[in-house]
Amino acid sequence: MAEAPVVELIDVQKWYGAFHVLKDLSLSVGKGEKVVVCGPSGSGKSTMIRCINRLEVHQAGRIVVGGVELGDDVKAIETIRKDVGMVFQSFNLFPHLTVLENLTLAPLWVKHVPKAEAEELAMHYLERVHIPEQANKYPGQLSGGQQQRVAIARSLCMKPSIMLFDEPTSALDPEMVKEVLDVMIGLAEDGMTMICVTHEMGFARAVADTMVFMDEGRIVETAPPTQFFADPRNERTRQFLGQIIGH
Amino acid sequence: MIDRQPHDHSATGVAAADVEEPSAVSLQPPGPPRLLGWARENLFGSVPNTVMTLLALALLWEVVPPFLSWALVHAQWGGDGAACRQAEGACWALVGERHRLMLFGVYPYDQHWRPLLATAILVTLLATSAVRAFWRPWLLWAWLAGFAVIALLMWGGVLGMPYVETDMWGGLPLTLALAVLGIALAFPLSIVLALGRRSELPVIRAFSVAYIELVRGIPLVSVLFMASVMFPLFLPEGVTIDKLLRALVGMVLFTAAYLAEAVRGGLQAVPRGQEEAADALGLSYWRKMRLIVLPQALRLVIPPIVNQFISCFKDTSLVTIVGLYDLLAATKAALADPEWRPFFVEGYVAAALVYWSFCFFMSRYSQWLEHQLATGQKR
Repeated sequence: MAEAPVVELIDVQKWYGAFHVLKDLSLSVGKGEKVVVCGPSGSGKSTMIRCINRLEVHQAGRIVVGGVELGDDVKAIETIRKDVGMVFQSFNLFPHLTVLENLTLAPLWVKHVPKAEAEELAMHYLERVHIPEQANKYPGQLSGGQQQRVAIARSLCMKPSIMLFDEPTSALDPEMVKEVLDVMIGLAEDGMTMICVTHEMGFARAVADTMVFMDEGRIVETAPPTQFFADPRNERTRQFLGQIIGH
Repeated sequence: MIDRQPHDHSATGVAAADVEEPSAVSLQPPGPPRLLGWARENLFGSVPNTVMTLLALALLWEVVPPFLSWALVHAQWGGDGAACRQAEGACWALVGERHRLMLFGVYPYDQHWRPLLATAILVTLLATSAVRAFWRPWLLWAWLAGFAVIALLMWGGVLGMPYVETDMWGGLPLTLALAVLGIALAFPLSIVLALGRRSELPVIRAFSVAYIELVRGIPLVSVLFMASVMFPLFLPEGVTIDKLLRALVGMVLFTAAYLAEAVRGGLQAVPRGQEEAADALGLSYWRKMRLIVLPQALRLVIPPIVNQFISCFKDTSLVTIVGLYDLLAATKAALADPEWRPFFVEGYVAAALVYWSFCFFMSRYSQWLEHQLATGQKR
């Protein structure tokens, strides 16, 4: 990683009232790097990646994305959000718009791409997530797996250079997990910079460059996957892996 | 034409419900036995049920025949006041004789074609706006042009039409114009207030809360009085604002406060994730609200919003306290003639029918709209 990191967190702190959710987080993600974040619930993983596009506000420390520092400056936030895609656990598709309208909305209104071009782009990404035939349906008419793939395509339509995944398969029925992970693996193979909060350890082994384990608001361990799974340094990491892989 | 559509929908809805239980129904022979079976099950199914049915029938027997006798059988449909005094029933001759005064108030009698035409334009615009296919930018221009023509007709002073002061306007056109303008102006204001109440900026939030709570705590009559009597005291000498405009402003400010709370209810019902997804895509606050949050929020609160629209329509009758002759006040004035004074009930029934038909249309239309907007997006 000789290049400058595209996402950098330096001593990030966050409190919800008196509760210290993020403690001294430091993390550096290079271009094209895939980072998988895992940890028990309540460990602050989601909060951390939501800070990266400022859905959550950090109170101390620095977050720099693509060379732009996140602060109260609205312009900086908009710049970063255009370049950072996010996929949510609960999909968050817009139920009053068709699939195609969901995909073209941001290109049309944020990037001011002409309509024909935006629709072409949308169809391109729908094909990429293997559901072009659903373009004119409403999200409510799709299965969970299809909805999540639409949500991924919606983010891709903004041509982001970084993608954030916040437990993208946790709300899915087991038989739909694979179709979503396959799309994510395809993205990883194309060289997208990705930060994924997930418990899909098979996916992590297949694509991660770096594993991050969080507990009680701290990053406890950062390691390449081979070392992380075979020989975790930290006792808590070992316990956690024992619990989720043991099943 | 348009107000038939909700009927059509409910009709198909009923038909569909009937079709859904064919096995149970088709076993029974057609005709009266089915009706009897239904009556036995639904009207006389149990002792309390039977008692309620009999009580309801007795009540209907007490009320309906006398009413029909009064309203139809013994009614006097023509003639003058003297003929009505002879008749036992309702004096509908009054409506035939005095309807122009009831509909147009004290507007100069020989100029009544002007408010009539204005009302026709307004009703046409309303009917046009009800059709979803016409929800295009040109509709807004049509409304602006329509209101310009209406204003021209009502005021006159050009094209050989004598000038008529707003003090002389009255009746149905006044009621409709106040209601339509009141709703059209209060609605956007209410959205701003509702968004303000949920704003993260403390000053805007405090202002919105203070406004809504203050206005909701005052009766409309007081608001109208203030708009009409107190407001001019604050104006510089020589500046006067039209009485009608002052009443309109009062109604808009009042209605907006109530509507804002209905809209806020809708905003709160839109899942947080919707805003987050819009934020994550980089949409600005106003685009997020206009494209994502408000379309979902407003669809959810169509019933309370229409409720408020109906209230606003009927509240126009309160402008009479600041000296404007709306439909109800005009009706009252039309009944002042000693010849017709005994038949005030008929006059008010006629006015009530006019109010009711507009409100009923709004109610049915809102149900149809709700159904339309929900198509395809059920989760």
